[in-house]
Amino acid sequence: MSSDIRFTDFKSDKQPTWCPGCGDFGTMNGMMKALANTGNDPDNTFVVAGIGCSGKIGTYMHSYALHGVHGRALPVGIGTKLANPNLEVMVAGGDGDGYSIGAGHFVHAVRRNVDMTYVVMDNRIYGLTKGQASPTSREDFETSTSPDGPKQPPVNPLALALAAGGTFIAQSFSSDSQRHTEIVKQAIEHDGFGFVNVYSPCVTFNDVDTYDYFRDTIVDLSETDHDPNDYDDAKAAILDADKEYQGVIYQDDQSVPFDEREGLTESMADIPEGAPEDAMDLVREFY
Amino acid sequence: MPEDLNWAIGGEAGDGIDSTGKIFAQALSRAGRHVFTSKDFASRIRGGYTAYKVRTSVDRVESVVDRLDVLIALTERTIDENLEELHEGSVIIYDGERTTMQDVEIPDEMIGLDVPLKSLAEDAGGAIMRNVVALGAACEVSNFPIENLDESLEKRFTDKGQAIVENNKKAARLGQEFVAEETDHEFDYDVETTDNDYVLLNGDEAIGMGAIAAGCRFYSGYPITPATDVMEYLTGRIDRYGGKVVQAEDELAAINMALGAARAGARAMTATSGPGIDLMTETFGLVATSETPLVICDVMRSGPSTGMPTKQEQGDLNQLLYGGHGEIPRFVVAPTNISECFWKTVEAFNLAEKYQTPVYLVADLALAVTEQTFPPEAFDMDEVEIERGKIVDEGEIESWQNEDGQFQPHFPTADGVSPRTFPGIEGGAHMTTGLEHDELGRRTEDTDVRIEQVDKREQKVQTAREEEDWDYREFGDPDSGNLVLSWGSNEGAMREALGFLEESGTDVRFISVPYIFPRPDLSEEIEAADDVIVVECNATGQFADLIEHDALTRVKRVNKYNGVRFKADELAEEIEEKFAESAEMEA
Repeated sequence: MSSDIRFTDFKSDKQPTWCPGCGDFGTMNGMMKALANTGNDPDNTFVVAGIGCSGKIGTYMHSYALHGVHGRALPVGIGTKLANPNLEVMVAGGDGDGYSIGAGHFVHAVRRNVDMTYVVMDNRIYGLTKGQASPTSREDFETSTSPDGPKQPPVNPLALALAAGGTFIAQSFSSDSQRHTEIVKQAIEHDGFGFVNVYSPCVTFNDVDTYDYFRDTIVDLSETDHDPNDYDDAKAAILDADKEYQGVIYQDDQSVPFDEREGLTESMADIPEGAPEDAMDLVREFY
Repeated sequence: MPEDLNWAIGGEAGDGIDSTGKIFAQALSRAGRHVFTSKDFASRIRGGYTAYKVRTSVDRVESVVDRLDVLIALTERTIDENLEELHEGSVIIYDGERTTMQDVEIPDEMIGLDVPLKSLAEDAGGAIMRNVVALGAACEVSNFPIENLDESLEKRFTDKGQAIVENNKKAARLGQEFVAEETDHEFDYDVETTDNDYVLLNGDEAIGMGAIAAGCRFYSGYPITPATDVMEYLTGRIDRYGGKVVQAEDELAAINMALGAARAGARAMTATSGPGIDLMTETFGLVATSETPLVICDVMRSGPSTGMPTKQEQGDLNQLLYGGHGEIPRFVVAPTNISECFWKTVEAFNLAEKYQTPVYLVADLALAVTEQTFPPEAFDMDEVEIERGKIVDEGEIESWQNEDGQFQPHFPTADGVSPRTFPGIEGGAHMTTGLEHDELGRRTEDTDVRIEQVDKREQKVQTAREEEDWDYREFGDPDSGNLVLSWGSNEGAMREALGFLEESGTDVRFISVPYIFPRPDLSEEIEAADDVIVVECNATGQFADLIEHDALTRVKRVNKYNGVRFKADELAEEIEEKFAESAEMEA
């Protein structure tokens, strides 16, 4: 790991095909800066993504990366991290990928608390399939598949994470580059599963949850008396449906990550050329 | 006196049938006898008929037969369920004091031994030991020295304290003495001991042991009958070697975790049964396209859908060969007996890494839950070779980078296999994806690159066809015109069936095939035969279809799909009939 790593070292030479103005540019830049600022380099970093606009991130970043199937990025990241706890593992997803098809994995990844980072680019719409309702779309949000709105309340990912025993729950706004980078950095530094839901506006299909909307409404928790170590404060903020917050909403510094609890510290990549020396003992167990 | 003893304990699930059967099987194995066990069980925790059967002989036993000599019947239904296998002189041990057993009828030609199992167990220290009392009684019936039971009882109960062990030994002796002193029968059975050195294990355990021996360090799975024993075996054991078992939230997560671990450089595996394979198929294509080495074990049970979870079938073959959209290069390896479960697991890991391709390791329920004795040398760990294929270390990495210093994970090589790197290896950072990609791993829709990458992946299979030994196992008379082919667990029953067939004057050449894809070319063997029968546990003959396809000829089929494995004597009869039909038609 070299100390002169810059965030541009995490950039690939591929130009993103995201729409001009897409929130994902800012989200990704913040991720790259946070990785560089925490002393990581592309060769010890593993980035996993699922399907959708967010899923393209592995192509635009330079690191070890896997672009997987829809909704299954988290289990891939967990397997990688457990097999080599020395790696920095970051999983990126979208609101459809993470809270719809991957919702089961999300809840279990949170409760498993492996030391990794999960960044969700939440634009409250399905972008790559051209504008259908997503799990975080508003109840009355009109789309091609919900002409009168989805008529069901949006998923509250932060509440899901808190209920599942999340140890680091944060939210950021991709356009507020400095705060977003700082929040992702804190998620990386957290010992355990660092979850960041990022407001990452879709300029093409979502004319409700826009940059202007977030700029006007967002409240930075660091400018309030919110205490991220206080569960009740976190609960109050998460369940406050009238506000959009950014900042670290909840952090449990006392929890021990799964990998540490299980005593996993070494890479599993190194194995001997034959069976383990004492392997005949395994046979003799069957006497 | 027959050479083999067929013994069973049956009752309701929850009656301790499994552990009692296992104690007896282990005692026989430790006494230097060959053992083959089988289980009848229902998909429920308590209640429902369940039985543990043990066949034992001084010679090797490879299968079950349609004969039961000694039965410990804890319920009346146990007798009904086994009536067809019981015969003149069969001994039925039961507790006539048990409320449900008071009106039990023992057929006249059989010997009913009414042993007060519960009250003798209470005399020894607790009613819970009634099954052990029955074991003692069975020792007397079969003239098996009861001392051999002691070590098994110690193994089973030492954790619960020495007092419990002693009580159990006493319970066994009370059962033995009761039969010796209170009943007046001559028994036909004489189970002698030998100095042979055997271990007793089932197919799932052999797969788990093979995985550890092969250097598998990461296992993720979701519990499912009959594959769960693999996970249970690895739990606690793999940790000793720096590995980890993760119980995932579902099969989708299980295979994706294993994929992640494999990309981190670990040898990784998941095991499941048919319904789990369905779920994993989504990721299977990604594993192949991203060229990730992964072993996926399918322990088949009756399908489709939830089917019969606790019953035997070999119905997943087409799914393993063709499952998944698009065209997916893969290997399908199918061990044919329990020691092969070990060796083929080792081989599966080597194939996966040498060719950076997913490998289906396919076993069936009969293979997975059946225990069999082997000399320990059958699992000679010194013979295990680990071949990791082309891994690029930091010193060589530059030669696999392009002029811009980018590592090329999918660089087309002559054999289709490109060197790989793991995260943590400097200069190797790259991405990989389920999308069609170029040599850098980046998405492409370029028509030429598409063809190049499809060909590259297919080339790996072609290379493996040429480089590896896709062999088969052969038994019986090599010159016979009667050829029988089978795959999976049928090998055992068929090997014993050869003996029955020989007795009745039918010579047979038997080939057991452990590779489904690629598989040995059997055209010559088939051409040399007058008549070919393919034996398998499914309704449509999925393996027979492959053989017909390869050899461009029609074959006969013996199929069983009622959920029960082939029995040696029954199989011999069917084979004989099939060959006789052909002879008649020619005449």
